[in-house]
Amino acid sequence: MQASPEILLWMYETMVEIRNYEETMANVYLEGKLPPQIQKGLAFDIGSGPVPGEMHLAAGQEPVAVGVCAHLKKEDTVVGTHRPHHFAIAKGVPLDKMTAEMFGKVTGLGKGKGGHMHLFDPEHKFSCSGIIGASLPPACGAGLAAKKMGEDWVAIAFFGEGAANQGSFHESLNLAALWRLPVIFVCEDNKWAISVPKSNATSIEWVADRASAYGMPGIKVANNDALEVYEAVAPAIERARLGEGPSLIEVKTDRYLGHFQGDPEVYRPKDEVSNLRKNDPIPKLAALLKSRGLMTDAEEGVIVARAKQRVADAFAFARQSAYPAAQDALNDVFA
Amino acid sequence: MSTTRKLTMAQAISEAIAQEMTRDPNVFVMGEDIGAYGGIFGATGGLLDKFGPDRIMDTPISETAFIGTATGAAAAGLRPIVELMFVDFFGVCMDQIYNHLAKNTYMAGGNIKLPVVLTTAIGGGYNDAAQHSQCLYATFAHMPGLKVVVPSNAYDAKGLMIQAIRDDNPVMFMYHKGIMGLPWMAYFEGSSNEVPEAAYTIPFGQAKVVREGQDATIVTISQMVQKALLAADELAREGINAEVIDLRTLVPLDRATVLKSVAKTGRLLIADEDYLGFGLTGEISAIVAENLDTVVLKAPIKRLALPNVPIPYSRPLEQFVIPQVKGIVEAVQKLMQARMAEGITA
Repeated sequence: MQASPEILLWMYETMVEIRNYEETMANVYLEGKLPPQIQKGLAFDIGSGPVPGEMHLAAGQEPVAVGVCAHLKKEDTVVGTHRPHHFAIAKGVPLDKMTAEMFGKVTGLGKGKGGHMHLFDPEHKFSCSGIIGASLPPACGAGLAAKKMGEDWVAIAFFGEGAANQGSFHESLNLAALWRLPVIFVCEDNKWAISVPKSNATSIEWVADRASAYGMPGIKVANNDALEVYEAVAPAIERARLGEGPSLIEVKTDRYLGHFQGDPEVYRPKDEVSNLRKNDPIPKLAALLKSRGLMTDAEEGVIVARAKQRVADAFAFARQSAYPAAQDALNDVFA
Repeated sequence: MSTTRKLTMAQAISEAIAQEMTRDPNVFVMGEDIGAYGGIFGATGGLLDKFGPDRIMDTPISETAFIGTATGAAAAGLRPIVELMFVDFFGVCMDQIYNHLAKNTYMAGGNIKLPVVLTTAIGGGYNDAAQHSQCLYATFAHMPGLKVVVPSNAYDAKGLMIQAIRDDNPVMFMYHKGIMGLPWMAYFEGSSNEVPEAAYTIPFGQAKVVREGQDATIVTISQMVQKALLAADELAREGINAEVIDLRTLVPLDRATVLKSVAKTGRLLIADEDYLGFGLTGEISAIVAENLDTVVLKAPIKRLALPNVPIPYSRPLEQFVIPQVKGIVEAVQKLMQARMAEGITA
């Protein structure tokens, strides 16, 4: 499937927005976490500052999110991972409520109860989980629901290459193929499961090769490129909408930052990230847009400024929002 | 001759593992990020350099497979230490723990031994929300067949870890992140203390009276011991002398030390970071209630634990649900003012 100019421009602007969001968060996250404001002797305090707790950022992995979500409509379901921001943004989750959730504010998606790994937006049919491999079963459920309801909606399960070694991966692929569920399983291979390289954790090079064992197409995307992802995913989406069953797609992508912010990355070769950044997918797509006459330098400036403004507005909204009352912790256990 | 130094709990645990690995070639370690990373919470720091990848084995993210592998390797005669990165991840592998590791010795009529140490990180207080902050030790103590060790400081952690490795049974070794002495997470400094270099053991089922007092007993475990000690300092300034008991192990549980203390003080607060319902606080309360023929209470028992809600992310919510030093102080103050109903107490 050829990507239309509108799709290409949407993917570009969304990638710019995601990157700016993650880089902004990387800075904001450090507020209050460094000496001398923290306990003496510590280098960093994960529990301090306006955005405490773990923070997993997806800078570098934007092509996976936009290349897949460019095919989706609002009724389609996306289930993300512990590193969820790029998926959420590409699926249309409101930036202000998402950011407020990470600040623990009452205006957040979950009124501050969930935090960055647990974003739930039923209106935009987005959710995620902090548990590895947890995205696949609920995506099967969304697919089953669409099928039973007679809709052509699809469900996307995003997961990392590390998650492909969880039982939930194998169980879900079999179940989805057996029941011909409209699910697209999308593996983001960023080569690292925290500190463990894929070569030390997975017995084969391509997770997508496992698709044949479950009786579904396996699609390989070798480059961290939005357009390549978009084109590769198209037949899987079509197959799912036609009721022909699931597909497994694997994208080789790049993690520019640590597993979490504050990760000393003692395990990663020093020059790896700088080499990865030489293939940054965002300037690559900008160059493509310009070569096709779809974007001028001036238009690029407008797009980038617009995306950055949305991010700045979301952070301002989050900062200005109130914290929930302490006793609110006791509400919402049951519906 | 042994020298003593101050260690963090993480350092004490990795030192204990290293000493046992040197002593016994059958001991080895498996888990996620336990090699080059040294364990996300530092419990295996430096071990890869000392022992190499054949004995310090990074695993795929496949807890069912590698925890089950530990059970199988133990049945075959090895002594695996296996790390579940966060206890909250138990959900993906509970069948191997609950239905196999815990039960196989019994179902085999005692004919197999499963010397597995399952290490895992517990606890909140740093805003990591509902899937990365739980304690859950009661969940494991509930299932017969698992010993459950929950240290509060470096000295105990080393002795209990060596004891765990030498035990012929499955041992859950649960360390609270907020007392490991990590350079990237605030911790209670009382948890880093003097640790002898030479190997030593601390027997299971021996609670420790970490502070003596005669007015009220605080029974607790893990990081909450450190909070209780700070609370006891505050209470002492207003003339209330609290006795603090660190249970150290839940299975086996040292009932005698608890009963002896409550018999002395007549007042009991159980302070716990696990959930309130069906947990440690209820268990200790029941033990005291069953012994009211010999123990005389001056006030009804008080329980402080996580109210029965998942752990919320937002700081004011999390601080509200996890018992803090101030909450312990207030609970003991109330305990001092409370009275038994007429005719019930002596």
